[in-house]
Amino acid sequence: MTSMTERHKTLEKNVTLLGVCALVAVAIGGIVEIAPLFWIDNTIEKVEGMRPYTPLEQAGRDIYVREGCYVCHSQMIRPFRDETERYGHYSLAAESMYDHPFQWGSKRTGPDLARVGGKYSDGWHVQHLTDPESVVPESVMPKYGFLAKNALEVPDIAANLTALRHVGVPYSDKDVAMAAADLKAQADPEADQGDFAARYPKAQVRDFDGDPGRLTEMDALVAYLQVLGTMVDVNGAAAQEELAAEHGR
Amino acid sequence: MADRKIDEATQTETVGHEWDGIEELNTPLPRWWLWTFYATIVFALGYVIAYPALPGISHASEGMLGWSSRKQLDHELQAAEAARAGLRAQIAATPLEQLPGKPALMRAAVAGGAAAFKVNCVQCHGAGAAGSKGFPNLNDDDWLWGGDLRTIEQTLIHGIRQPGDDQTRMSQMPNFGSDALLTPAQIQDVASYVLVLARKEHPGASSGRGKDVFATNCVVCHGSDGKGSRQFGAPNLTDAIWLDGSSRDEVVAQISHPHMGVMPAWGTRLDPVTIKMLAAYVHSLGGGEAFAAPEQPREP
Repeated sequence: MTSMTERHKTLEKNVTLLGVCALVAVAIGGIVEIAPLFWIDNTIEKVEGMRPYTPLEQAGRDIYVREGCYVCHSQMIRPFRDETERYGHYSLAAESMYDHPFQWGSKRTGPDLARVGGKYSDGWHVQHLTDPESVVPESVMPKYGFLAKNALEVPDIAANLTALRHVGVPYSDKDVAMAAADLKAQADPEADQGDFAARYPKAQVRDFDGDPGRLTEMDALVAYLQVLGTMVDVNGAAAQEELAAEHGR
Repeated sequence: MADRKIDEATQTETVGHEWDGIEELNTPLPRWWLWTFYATIVFALGYVIAYPALPGISHASEGMLGWSSRKQLDHELQAAEAARAGLRAQIAATPLEQLPGKPALMRAAVAGGAAAFKVNCVQCHGAGAAGSKGFPNLNDDDWLWGGDLRTIEQTLIHGIRQPGDDQTRMSQMPNFGSDALLTPAQIQDVASYVLVLARKEHPGASSGRGKDVFATNCVVCHGSDGKGSRQFGAPNLTDAIWLDGSSRDEVVAQISHPHMGVMPAWGTRLDPVTIKMLAAYVHSLGGGEAFAAPEQPREP
């Protein structure tokens, strides 16, 4: 007991030694809490259907972030009955694997948007973004009608995709090369789509903002909203989870 | 530590330091605090054993209780499902045509439908189902595609103009203005005629010319009497119910570049019983119609 106290006195009187030992102590806590996330199975569960965002969806996502939608809207359905009955199947980790940064959010002034894709028509989204109170009288959401006026201007969408590729989003060389063309083609059913549909399975091609002549920020944002939560067949994923559970996870 | 120093005034041990005669008491921790602290340590050990806690190579320890948030959700959903199972099975087993004949079951279906409506439908049709401009009011007797239970269910399952659903209700009004199918003057004339049909304006020269334009371009869907056609979701133009506004400007805009509503196909999102209950609820709102003759085959 005495010797332990004496030794601790040495530690207390030597600031460098104290710093080093404190670092070691904190590092142990960090390693135990953080490091396993990189290898245990249920944080990296594999699901069918995830694909990177198309250039138009990615541009819409950038507008979503620019306008601070995440301040009021989360994209994370937690595994509680009230949430799953309102918003749909709880979110899976893999569903935000291509989000940099993820949009889980922590505050809901508006509803969760993790599975809003396909829930409303494009026309509803445009009207709701333009004047939320015209469809939801009790809404406190600001008006975003200017998105329909602003032409979508992305100086170099290929550079955006390249940057995302550096952080692990698997865009192919062709995806990057075709990015600018894909950006326009997705909102124009008349355009030559090339192999867009093969590179981005289940991507929706149409004029999203009801203004076929122009490619606007509204097109991009609605395209993004309409894909949210639709990539993964959640029932398929549930089936996979059950399978994994049988293997003792 | 052999030479413990005891403070005389409090009879408490001191830490042994002294600064200019000032000493520091080494007051022991209160017993209750210490025992609570030990109890939390014991609790934590039990918790680590009972619940998922320790990370391993491929997965974390599962805990003796085998608890997980997803399993708990499954249990809650199953319990809720079990509580409703009897009624839902009865509703599932009852053909829509027979539902109104069973008042207790119909009431249950309407109540369930009201709950589902609040979650899924109010964003467009409004909290009271009264709709808004461009989104139909479901309380009135005016139906675009039909208002009996079976027709409402069909609309719910496949939606209206829903991309990707091959059985969705589909029709398209031409862009008479923006595609230059009619001249601006013709559009003003036919708007006059429509407003006369709706008894909002008196007949005049313009509406007289508009009648001919209407007969050539509009009767296929809206009917020669302007009463519309449910086969095409073409609105009745003679009543006082307007989906996209009844002012001359709004009517002209609708002829020039029509707004056409889109409703999602709920068959891919909701289970059949919930859709049945929603149909019962919408039917009960005030405009529900009795079953008519067998549905005619729809034309594209």
